[in-house]
Amino acid sequence: MTFIFELLIAFFLVISGIFGFVGSFGMIKLKDPMSRLHAPTKATTLGVGGVLLASICHSVLLEGKLSLHELLITLFLFLTAPITALFIAKWHIHRHEKPDDLPDAGEDELWATHAVEQVEDVPDHSKT
Amino acid sequence: MIRLLRRIFPHPHLTFLLTVVWVLLANTGSLNSVVFGLLLGIIIPFITQPYWPDRPKLRNWPMIAEYMLIVLWDIVVANVTVAMIILFKRDADRKPCWISVPLELRTPEAITVLAGTITMTPGTVSSDLSAQGHCLLVHCLDAPDPDAVRDQIKQRYERRLKEIFE
Repeated sequence: MTFIFELLIAFFLVISGIFGFVGSFGMIKLKDPMSRLHAPTKATTLGVGGVLLASICHSVLLEGKLSLHELLITLFLFLTAPITALFIAKWHIHRHEKPDDLPDAGEDELWATHAVEQVEDVPDHSKT
Repeated sequence: MIRLLRRIFPHPHLTFLLTVVWVLLANTGSLNSVVFGLLLGIIIPFITQPYWPDRPKLRNWPMIAEYMLIVLWDIVVANVTVAMIILFKRDADRKPCWISVPLELRTPEAITVLAGTITMTPGTVSSDLSAQGHCLLVHCLDAPDPDAVRDQIKQRYERRLKEIFE
């Protein structure tokens, strides 16, 4: 019986390893910055999720005590990962995209990053 | 009586959430950690109450459960799709694009949840909001048909969030 449990845990670990690898590999293979941003947000979901599932299974099935710590990691990850991604994306828009390159913003005409630039005239630090 | 309860528990959901998080952090189900978690769950909402001026009313709990299950399932499926794109698709064949999703949601909390969901489901990253918050800018890793992606976001996620928050 222990063998089946260990097999299950190993399965989750391998899954997470594969997705962690694919996420990192994507950082190298994809060429433009916005596409690169996709790779790390992906590795965090299934890659980390697999390790956490394996950890829960290990403590429940082999050590015989319930450990749900891991759910918290998922919770905090789901709170922080989108915010980091949004910051990087906004930085990219601020530096490299013109309002005309982006799709139509509907009734508001401008995306928030560009709208702020027009109002405040953000200083250009790229030359220094 | 109810008004007194309202004063002591201004934010019952937050009380519940804080207690659960504390018990999980302590990682023991002992009475000790439950009581201390409850204590935190009462004190923190009480102190931070002025910072929550108009909270959205959450109803439709079955829909919240359904939404979470759908998102979890989508994350697993889409992870595999993106892994296939990264590993086997030549970079020249990939069609990255921006799409603009017009929003029907108005409460900031609902838009935040939608943007977070879009980022966490692989293949799409929410990148910006329009100046007044009426549109969401989404970047797709590989979208041969951008309109289909937009319709899927609206159909699958936004419709359900609208029922949850508004």
